Amino acid sequence: MKEQGIALRLWKDRVASLVIFALALIPLIPLFLILFQLFSKGASSLSLHFLTSLPRPPGEAGGGVVNAILGSILLVAMASILAVPTGVLAGIYLSEFYDRLLPNMVRTAADLLQGTPSIVIGIMACAWVVRPLHHFSALAGSAALAIIMLPVIVRTTEEVLVLVPKEIREGALALGVPRWRMILQVVLPTGLVGVATGILLSMARVAGETAPLLFTAFGNPFLSWKPTEPIDALPLVIFNYATSPYADWWRQAWAASLVLILLVLFLNTTARLAARKMGGR
Amino acid sequence: MKEAPMEEILKTQDLKAYFEELEILKGINLSIPKNRVTAIMGPSGCGKTTLLRCFNRMHEETPGAHTKGKIFLEGKDILSMNPILVRKMVGMVFQKPNPFPTMSIYENVLAGYRLNGIKLRKEEAQGIVEESLKKAVLWDEVKDFLHRRGTFLSGGQQQRLCIARALAVNPKLLLMDEPTSALDPKATRRVEELVTELKEAVTIVIVTHNTSQAGRVADYTAFLYLGELIEFGPTEELFTAPKDPRTEEYLTGKFG
Amino acid sequence: MESAKTDKIFEILTRSLGSLVLATAMGGFITLTILSWPSIKAFGPSFLWSTRWDPVQGQFGALPFIVGTLATSFLALFISTPFSLGTSLFLAEYSPPKIGNAVAFLVELLAAIPSVIYGLWGIFFLVPLVRKMEMAFNLPPYGVGGFTASLILAIMILPYATSVIREVISLVPQELREGAYALGATRWEVMRYVVLPYARSGILAGTVLALGRALGETMAITMVIGNRNELLRSIFEPTNTMASVIANEFTEATSSVYLSSLVEIGLVLFVITLVVNILARMVTERLKMEKGE
Repeated sequence: MKEQGIALRLWKDRVASLVIFALALIPLIPLFLILFQLFSKGASSLSLHFLTSLPRPPGEAGGGVVNAILGSILLVAMASILAVPTGVLAGIYLSEFYDRLLPNMVRTAADLLQGTPSIVIGIMACAWVVRPLHHFSALAGSAALAIIMLPVIVRTTEEVLVLVPKEIREGALALGVPRWRMILQVVLPTGLVGVATGILLSMARVAGETAPLLFTAFGNPFLSWKPTEPIDALPLVIFNYATSPYADWWRQAWAASLVLILLVLFLNTTARLAARKMGGR
Repeated sequence: MKEAPMEEILKTQDLKAYFEELEILKGINLSIPKNRVTAIMGPSGCGKTTLLRCFNRMHEETPGAHTKGKIFLEGKDILSMNPILVRKMVGMVFQKPNPFPTMSIYENVLAGYRLNGIKLRKEEAQGIVEESLKKAVLWDEVKDFLHRRGTFLSGGQQQRLCIARALAVNPKLLLMDEPTSALDPKATRRVEELVTELKEAVTIVIVTHNTSQAGRVADYTAFLYLGELIEFGPTEELFTAPKDPRTEEYLTGKFG
Repeated sequence: MESAKTDKIFEILTRSLGSLVLATAMGGFITLTILSWPSIKAFGPSFLWSTRWDPVQGQFGALPFIVGTLATSFLALFISTPFSLGTSLFLAEYSPPKIGNAVAFLVELLAAIPSVIYGLWGIFFLVPLVRKMEMAFNLPPYGVGGFTASLILAIMILPYATSVIREVISLVPQELREGAYALGATRWEVMRYVVLPYARSGILAGTVLALGRALGETMAITMVIGNRNELLRSIFEPTNTMASVIANEFTEATSSVYLSSLVEIGLVLFVITLVVNILARMVTERLKMEKGE
């Protein structure tokens, strides 16, 4: 029998704790660096002028990203219009109707879409919208974003709704309420916070997506409201400016990133606060 | 309050236990006699499990829990020792059987060595496994599949495996926290028989809320109520002639 | 009667929209296959192992990008896993609840930062840093390259692995921990011999999931990898991944076979992430079965 001394074991235990503490804290260093640099480099270039004016040609200092801000908002809004009703109703299908084969196939398809790289989804949207219209468009961009949102909304809706207790459903049905009313007016409202959380999180995610917009929305240095025209978006501007050779555009890329992260964090934190509120109930 | 036992193995002195602000044990003075079975009984919430968990310092593993007072194991104050050393001398069997699902039956019996970084020679290890499983009266049932995982065993077998695991490290004291509460009547009886057999080799403290179980297995019984030790004595005396009216009420089923 | 009809309509509506999800996934796969057809026909399976990517001559092979993707993803996983494991243990076992919640919030924040912002930070902070390091080690001071991309990826995938691993560690039954503590084990011994073995399939699932993320990551990589279409010989060289070459060249692809080759890379990427995700799912299914759910 060979026994390790207690001192050695306690020493090992202490070393292990220190290593684990270090492993948990080191990843926060890049996070703080990124946030710190975003705020320090971005804030100095952030101004009303930047938020309200259009880009200027390369080499010319000044200009802003109003087109991209509005473009991002429009893209996310259009994507939501496409994805939210579809996703919620498809989620209802998965949680409320008991077909034999289809639900599992839909689930698998949703999981598959969720795991698909966004650049590949960009190719799909390009093939389905850009090619028939023969040019890049806001519609194609929002279609790509909608395909990314869709599986998230479908699965969250399903997960939230199956948790609604049987008693609530039966209580409604016992009152003679038709099934569709029971689902839309009793079950869905019960899980509404959870569904809304899923929607907001998916919006936060697509607001920062760049890859699927490269060859769908494409970018546009002018203000545009037309769904059939190319449109700009904050992530596209950041990408184009950051990889450009102009120092003034680098500065603007930081400022645009600050705007984007504030937008994303706003959506993200709202969703998480809502979720926490629900969890506390 | 009690007649002095011949030889005591564990003694508490004004032991108080807390969860955050809440005082669960309110100054317990108790002596556990050596090589006997002592039952701690009382209604739920009386602190009997907490008392047991103080004896091997498991109480402090719960966040917010702490203790005051003294506990002497063979004269040494275990509250001032390293908990790891305490637990090597004091074994524990839990309410729910908890064999480690990632280890085989063989490894489970030896877990007390492996987890403590003790390396055994193969013959040594085999000897310990066989001896411990025999003590726990499980050997005949499992000897042919020692290297399979213990998860397929029945609840009663799992609990006896946990007893073997605790016995394998030769503890001075074995704590059992309602060891039969998750078992069916037949498995319960086997564990109870085992407890009576084991007292030759090891001192046992068993927590139970079942008075008839205390009557069947225990030489001594302590009755705890609302964090206080109400009465302690030889089981027969305490059952036939309780000194405190609360003990009598509990035994006749008026509460708990 | 009226309500029965509306019920039927509602059911058909939801079923059609459910089918739409299925159709999107299947349609996506079919579309990618159709659009890749010219390339599949021209190069056959050798597309997968040819190293030549020459738009001028119209010769296309995807090996440099497949290698680039696998190399950066696995290196990222290798760098990231100790940290995700450590963070998970910290959150589930070591930290007091308040600090744990704060750290968990911050780790989730890592997942919320858009890829393009990681790329921006990569260009202006990490690339100069790696360049300095390369100079110190007498390597060609590219700054950009596979190594830089792996570093960024490692940070980006950490929250995904962590959330899964933390969850499975917190599912380890408390009785097992207590059983081990009662035998006199230290906290580290409880982790090493009881908690980690119990959680190992979950840890594997989290790692595979993170791998899936890494394989498909595009923007941050595109911005720091150097975009060179040659087979990687050293991880410090500039290269391209499947995703980054599509991002870079898709809008510039002039000939149809060029475009089709890019789509075929997308198809390969789609299939690889599909396989990895199925793998992750199989591990979690096995996990559920083991736990008897």
